[in-house]
Amino acid sequence: MTDYSPRPGAAPVGRMLLAQTAFETRMLLRNGEQLLLTVVIPTVLLVLFSAVDIVAVEGPGKRVDFLAPGLLALAVMSTAFTGQAIATGFERRYGVLKRLGASPLPRWALLTAKTGCVLVTEALQVALLSVIALALGWSPQGNPLTVTALLVLGTAAFSGLGLLMAGTLKAEATLAAANLVFVLLLLAGGVVVPLSKFPAAAQSVLELLPIAALSDGLRSVLQDGAGVPWADLGLLGGWAVLGLAAAARFFRWE
Amino acid sequence: MQSEPAVQITGLVKRYGEKTAVDGLDLRIDRGTVTAVLGPNGAGKTTTVETCEGYRRPDAGTVRVLGLDPVAQNAELRPRIGVMLQSGGVYAGARAVEMLRHTAKLHADPLDVDALVERLGLGSCGRTTYRRLSGGQQQRLALAMAVVGRPELVFLDEPTAGLDPQARRATWELVRDLRRDGVTVVVTTHHMDEAEQLADRVAIVDRGRVIAGGTPEELCRGGAESSVRFDGPPGLDLTTLLKELPEGATAAEPSPGSYRIEAPVDPQLLAAVTAWCAATGILPERLAVQRRSLEDVFLDLTGRDLRS
Repeated sequence: MTDYSPRPGAAPVGRMLLAQTAFETRMLLRNGEQLLLTVVIPTVLLVLFSAVDIVAVEGPGKRVDFLAPGLLALAVMSTAFTGQAIATGFERRYGVLKRLGASPLPRWALLTAKTGCVLVTEALQVALLSVIALALGWSPQGNPLTVTALLVLGTAAFSGLGLLMAGTLKAEATLAAANLVFVLLLLAGGVVVPLSKFPAAAQSVLELLPIAALSDGLRSVLQDGAGVPWADLGLLGGWAVLGLAAAARFFRWE
Repeated sequence: MQSEPAVQITGLVKRYGEKTAVDGLDLRIDRGTVTAVLGPNGAGKTTTVETCEGYRRPDAGTVRVLGLDPVAQNAELRPRIGVMLQSGGVYAGARAVEMLRHTAKLHADPLDVDALVERLGLGSCGRTTYRRLSGGQQQRLALAMAVVGRPELVFLDEPTAGLDPQARRATWELVRDLRRDGVTVVVTTHHMDEAEQLADRVAIVDRGRVIAGGTPEELCRGGAESSVRFDGPPGLDLTTLLKELPEGATAAEPSPGSYRIEAPVDPQLLAAVTAWCAATGILPERLAVQRRSLEDVFLDLTGRDLRS
């Protein structure tokens, strides 16, 4: 016979964080639509456009040297923005966030776990895309630390915007809008199509987008071997501050 | 202070825009008891419970749960309570057992997950994800998640809504075991039988206030207002029956073929009813004398149907 006598208490916060991160990551990796977005699409685009002369690339080196940085940027956007927005939007809709709000897990720990889940997924994406790109003859330049800084700031910027969307719109609206934004930014964010192909007026606006800053920054380091791209880092930092502050201000848990 | 109540609500008011959901509600729940908060949909039950859980900030009045302010001292309160929401609360892609195991990991000294899975029949859910579970399986999982952390106080919001009779009984048995081991349980329900079966105390809520409270026996006392019920062919002419009954008695057919006579029940009344049946040439089936039920109490108090 089970004894139900009260013995309440929260687990140590480190254990909760680890458990929540592992659980969220498991949920994400099990979700077919998420994998399509985060793994299949970037991989297919990398292989396809490296092999076939459909898009006009620019800069030194092979086609893959132009494409790989753009698709790393896309991978970050797909996980931190699109995937996180959709998953969190439905968690909010189905009362998961509400129920967790009555559990011992503090809110900051839930958000930290979400960030952890995004970083784990991105690490897997970067590893996979890098292996494929190297097999296609990619020769990355530059300082890996600078690349990491760009990826981290990009993640912060996209997370803020994704959470803002998930916490304010209906789940269905988030699903539609996040996918639409993904496609638009894939085409017009310098991921596979160089921004120089756009009219000058459009270009100066598109350059301000976080995806453009991230792909441009990654490309300048990985393709051109440039130093620290301060302008791009600054732009990403600005988006991160704006997005996270707005999410913190407007996010509704129910 | 063990003597302080598990829940103490004084003058709680909660509005959503123009609509007042809770309107000056007072409620005290003692430790170690099972309390049923009974009322029709929209009475303010869920709002009241969610205020206790820290989800809602009162517009007026005070709420203390285990001596804590549910909003200001939320972090302190949460590990000590167990919450079953009316619906949802689980990742759409999660399997029942893994969700329960995960919930257990957030607590310092949880119950044995396998035993709980066994007890609530969640093992049969297998690899099915939450969104594809039956309503009953979803309810049982939510119940398991509410108790797995060994809370002192459990809030169950309509725990048996949509359950089949076996699952309902399993839920009731678990609530009784929680009570046996000293856990305080607050159940909202609109099933009178659930309140009568489970609760040490019942609080009847209507239009955002507690309109009556006490043990089920206290509420149902006043045996004079009992009734005689029987089933027979539908559409009987009850006017001839009324002539045989004492002044003030009423006879009605609440649903076709089901009859109910309300009057002070004594042997003479029963004899009059059966004599009338004999004279009419019908055999009354399922003839029963019934005490006032909580439903009757509720109808008397509000004039509204509890199931509405």
